[in-house]
Amino acid sequence: MSVILDILLSVGMWEAVLRIATPLIFGTLGALLCERVGVLNLGIEGVMAFGAMIGWLTVYSGGDLWAGMAAAALGGAVFGLLHGLLTVSLGLSQHVTGLGITLFASSFAYYIFRLAVPTASSPPTIEPFRPLPVPVLSDLPVLGPILFNQTAPTYLALILVAFLAWMLYRTPLGLAIRMTGENPRAVDAQGIDPIALRIATIAAGSALMGLAGAFLTLAAFNSFFPTMVQGRGWVCIALVVFALWRPGRALLGALLFAFFDAFQLRLQTAVDDIPYQLFLMMPYLLSILALIVMARRAKVPQALMQPYRRGER
Amino acid sequence: MRFERRDSVPPALTVLAPICAVLAALVIAGGLIALAGRNPVTAYGLILQGAFGSRLGLTETLTRATPLILTGLAAAVAFRARLWNIGGEGQFYMGALAVPAIGLLPFVAGAPAPIAILICLIAGALAGMVLLLGPVILKLRFGVDEVVTTLLLNFVVVLFVSMMIEGALKDPLAFGWPQSVPVPPAAELPQLVDRTRLHAGLLIALALPLGVWWLQSRTVFGLQSRAAGLNARAAAFAGVPLARTLMLVACLSGGLAGLAGAIEVMGVKGYVTTDLSPNYGYAGIVIAMLAHLHPLGVIAAALFSAVMFVGADSMSRALGVPSYIADVIVALSLLTMLVAIFLTQYRVRR
Repeated sequence: MSVILDILLSVGMWEAVLRIATPLIFGTLGALLCERVGVLNLGIEGVMAFGAMIGWLTVYSGGDLWAGMAAAALGGAVFGLLHGLLTVSLGLSQHVTGLGITLFASSFAYYIFRLAVPTASSPPTIEPFRPLPVPVLSDLPVLGPILFNQTAPTYLALILVAFLAWMLYRTPLGLAIRMTGENPRAVDAQGIDPIALRIATIAAGSALMGLAGAFLTLAAFNSFFPTMVQGRGWVCIALVVFALWRPGRALLGALLFAFFDAFQLRLQTAVDDIPYQLFLMMPYLLSILALIVMARRAKVPQALMQPYRRGER
Repeated sequence: MRFERRDSVPPALTVLAPICAVLAALVIAGGLIALAGRNPVTAYGLILQGAFGSRLGLTETLTRATPLILTGLAAAVAFRARLWNIGGEGQFYMGALAVPAIGLLPFVAGAPAPIAILICLIAGALAGMVLLLGPVILKLRFGVDEVVTTLLLNFVVVLFVSMMIEGALKDPLAFGWPQSVPVPPAAELPQLVDRTRLHAGLLIALALPLGVWWLQSRTVFGLQSRAAGLNARAAAFAGVPLARTLMLVACLSGGLAGLAGAIEVMGVKGYVTTDLSPNYGYAGIVIAMLAHLHPLGVIAAALFSAVMFVGADSMSRALGVPSYIADVIVALSLLTMLVAIFLTQYRVRR
């Protein structure tokens, strides 16, 4: 028991929670935005891989870290446009298109990476984002190092939660986005083009997914390797359900998930008579559990996965 | 510009669409090969040569196609009934792991070859089935979306396999390498061509799509599963027992993916490691879509993928183009195929 207590009382553990949560926050917000406007985006796993790669490659070839983030967002948006074109303009199956984009984006990312960096014995590294202590606040006891000594993208993720919560519930644009996910026909009758709105929103959401990937290579690690996304994208899709499609709860879900991840990581090194694989399974099993618990309460956007065509019923 | 649904699909278009889709994917990927500073035509020539040009290349392609046909078929039967089984990879590994596990039983290891083979194949299929039934029960009972549950289980299963091959199923003779105890010799699938890896599993993989095709077109279950996929609500209204149909579809789909794993471990490798599958489960999803979910089309689509993978490997060695190009081509074909199928059903009007 004292082992568990030691872990829970260490500052490093809680600092790690916020760090591990950051890509999940970006990704979950991105997926949430897409689903709010009525489009399931299963491309997330691949878009994250692509964001991780292009962000890293931008910095590796001389760009600065924010240029890397911008490149990842842009790359994500391009795949978002592709997803939008296929699912919204053409009305193709969102499941299949999303999976296709995941497979394409990830293999494309690995291809470009290998092209730029032919096989080397050890993967080349970059200088990643360093923790950026917030003046004054970071000197607070306990809370200071946990909350206010993170990297800049983590702060950005937290600001995004607040921004999206405000945008979705307090602005006309947010209302239009939410309405398009519920009833695109009604939005159309209001004189807003639901098709254009859907495509633009998916592009924005996918840009966030790209940022989620870029965080992995530019802040959490300092190099890129295939399979580094490790199912985080799918966890984000599960977290959207857990969040009941609300940004605030998305933050909560990401933190909860990251807590278990950080906890299992430390427990793994402290306890050695249990196979380490059992600990590694925990985050995935937990996501499934979250889906089961929340499925009953889920209030899915009504028009999710329903293509909209003008004048067709 | 807008799209208008065609009243009827011209048959020529149905045949031309997949060909055009694959050609379009090859042209786009050709651009990526050119990006690597290599001539795409040379590269494609080398891919074909690598996949067909020699006895070894040809048998290697067929060996590679064997698991792909089965995982593709597994995805196709599920998708037909709108059961989004994305867990083929996990089911594949469970099926593979079941073989050395059941081989530990003395009566299996000591049985004559045909019986040992049969028992191991059944064990593999059952393992895949059980793994898919969980998410399907969650879907039916709690309304949990199966896409995410089946996918997350893939990660769990690979960790489980890793735990088993370092634990209960670890081979003590493997010099500490994490690999499972070997498949019992009686359960090894016979070779089809001497001094190659091609094994009898290919025959099973070729027979099963025919069986599934018969099942889908000639039986009540097949009709019900297609009806469930076309319109679940209407099917339920017409008296199709949806829950039971979905469970049966899950058994078939998970069973096929598990069988793919069992056959791969019995025919090619002889023991289980965590790199037994180069994403056969995920590739199966693409293959099912490329085949337009048709069981016989799966064979052609699996062969196409196998040619790309085997050919790209040797092309990559010769030209230095990253072999990931094969995954790019196959994934691109899926996307272009989606558009091609759309264009057979709709016509573009200005």
